[in-house]
Amino acid sequence: MGARSFFDRLEPHFTNGGKYEKYFPLYEMVESFVYTPKTVTKAAPHARSFIDMKRIMIYVVVATIPCIMMAFYNTGFQANAAMAATGFEPSGWRAAVLSALGIGFNPDNVFANMAHGFMYFLPIYVVTLVAGGVCEVIFSVIRGHEVNEGFLVTSMLYVLILPATTPLWQVALGIIFGVVIGKEVFGGTGKNFLNPALVGRAFLYFAYPAQMSGDTVWVAVDGYSGATALAISASDGYQTLAANGMTWWDSFLGFVPGSMGETSTLAALIGVAFLMITKIANWRLVAGCLLGMIAFSGLLNIIGSDTNPMFAMPWYWHLVIGGYAFGLAFMVVEPVSASHTNMGRWIYGALIGFMVVMIRVINPAFPEGMMLAILFANIFAPLIDHFVVQANIKRRAKRYV
Amino acid sequence: MEGLLSLAVKAIFVENLALSFFLGMCTFIAVSKKISTALGLGISVIVVQAITVPTNNLILTYLLKPGALAWAGFPEVDLTFLGLISYIGVIAAMVQILEMTLDRFFPPLYNALGIFLPLITVNCAILGGSLFMVERDYNFAEATTYGIASGVGWALAITAMAGVREKLKYSDIPDGLQGLGITFITAGLMAIGFMSFSGVKL
Repeated sequence: MGARSFFDRLEPHFTNGGKYEKYFPLYEMVESFVYTPKTVTKAAPHARSFIDMKRIMIYVVVATIPCIMMAFYNTGFQANAAMAATGFEPSGWRAAVLSALGIGFNPDNVFANMAHGFMYFLPIYVVTLVAGGVCEVIFSVIRGHEVNEGFLVTSMLYVLILPATTPLWQVALGIIFGVVIGKEVFGGTGKNFLNPALVGRAFLYFAYPAQMSGDTVWVAVDGYSGATALAISASDGYQTLAANGMTWWDSFLGFVPGSMGETSTLAALIGVAFLMITKIANWRLVAGCLLGMIAFSGLLNIIGSDTNPMFAMPWYWHLVIGGYAFGLAFMVVEPVSASHTNMGRWIYGALIGFMVVMIRVINPAFPEGMMLAILFANIFAPLIDHFVVQANIKRRAKRYV
Repeated sequence: MEGLLSLAVKAIFVENLALSFFLGMCTFIAVSKKISTALGLGISVIVVQAITVPTNNLILTYLLKPGALAWAGFPEVDLTFLGLISYIGVIAAMVQILEMTLDRFFPPLYNALGIFLPLITVNCAILGGSLFMVERDYNFAEATTYGIASGVGWALAITAMAGVREKLKYSDIPDGLQGLGITFITAGLMAIGFMSFSGVKL
């Protein structure tokens, strides 16, 4: 218990009256990262549960592990495969490290792919943690609230929905916008109304479209054009995807160009299954989102269109391409920005499912719609709750006249 | 019919008066504290828009446009310079009637809206609706659709805003941002959400 007594010795300096009282959030952050928080509720009501904030957030991070693994593998695989295909000679520090370790760039070698992808993932993640973390700590020191584990989740999700080639200063800018404007101005974790990771991503998307969309940003090889499945389907129809080397199974498993962590539907489904079993994710949100997507894409299939090939895309393709599965697993089910009533969760989920298909199919300006669909539904979540509650009140009033 | 439908969808979502043109901000920000009041104001705006835009369209077509007075025997008269003042007059009269109706039949809403009801007269969203109608050369059917739909879009935006603000009551907003500051930030973030429609061609 050496570390415990170390913390016990330090603690008086940070609590009331101590020398570093102002920096208590910093101390608290490190302590609760290492040990279970020992604070207990002192005033009624008491609810006994093994789930606390720390455990919820750690579970979500655990649930993203399959996606992170796929992010390593697929980022490296796409880059290595593109190099093998074009004969591009890699340079820069990544190439130096990889050849110094003798790993190489063979796209058939799983370990080489993982190592290459890891070296794209790591700088982005470190920048996110440092830039976002500094803002988070500044706010908590000045405003006197805790540094919350929620930031771990936000930063992880944010990194996973970025393209691997994002310039690092944009990464920093996006997470700062997300943390400050998306969360901290409302008072921190649990008080925001939009998902902070998505706010940061959307900010980058509209501010720097050249680095956030298009065909050249998804594969980490200079000038190599690897269009996403959505871009190809929007121009030529989903039937041509197989000819472009993307079968349904590739898309399902995640071996296609895309943002780092969102390509693999399988990994996202493992994550959401874990979250639903541990009851952190509400199954109504997931079911509502699936139903909305299936219903509206089915409707568009029936309507059909001669000019827009996206109309014909069936629901099982919508499920596996783009960020749908990742958003469904980690963004739609986020409890803070979603609706809070059970009926409201169905409606909220269905609204996202409807909107994502609407943006993908009908809006020619954006090939991908998951991010914007979730942000749009976030705006209406409180309103949905309000009307569900009003309807309940009205129904019960009628019952007990 | 299809054209009118897509015009309606466009006016509600793609060219939302509040969140993509930022029109009618004074009332949008001031009366969005409670959902019920916001909904009431939203409905008032729908009613006013639904009456004034088509009325102004009729005035434009049969009185003001170059050659519009041909039915009275003045084919070369062009009265478009009277446009602004006629539209404002129609709007002011409409709001006056609406105010009396609310006062008579829905006193709680009348009291809740307070000064903002007469202020609809100078609400930029209302005049904006009429001016867009002029600029885009809508015919009578289009003007009616556009009036109703743009009102619905504005009502939708202010109700959603009120929902968010009711939720934000539980937030812990820094002192300097409380009140108007956070409301402006919220409106901006909501506009990002509505960007999901920008670019939709109907």
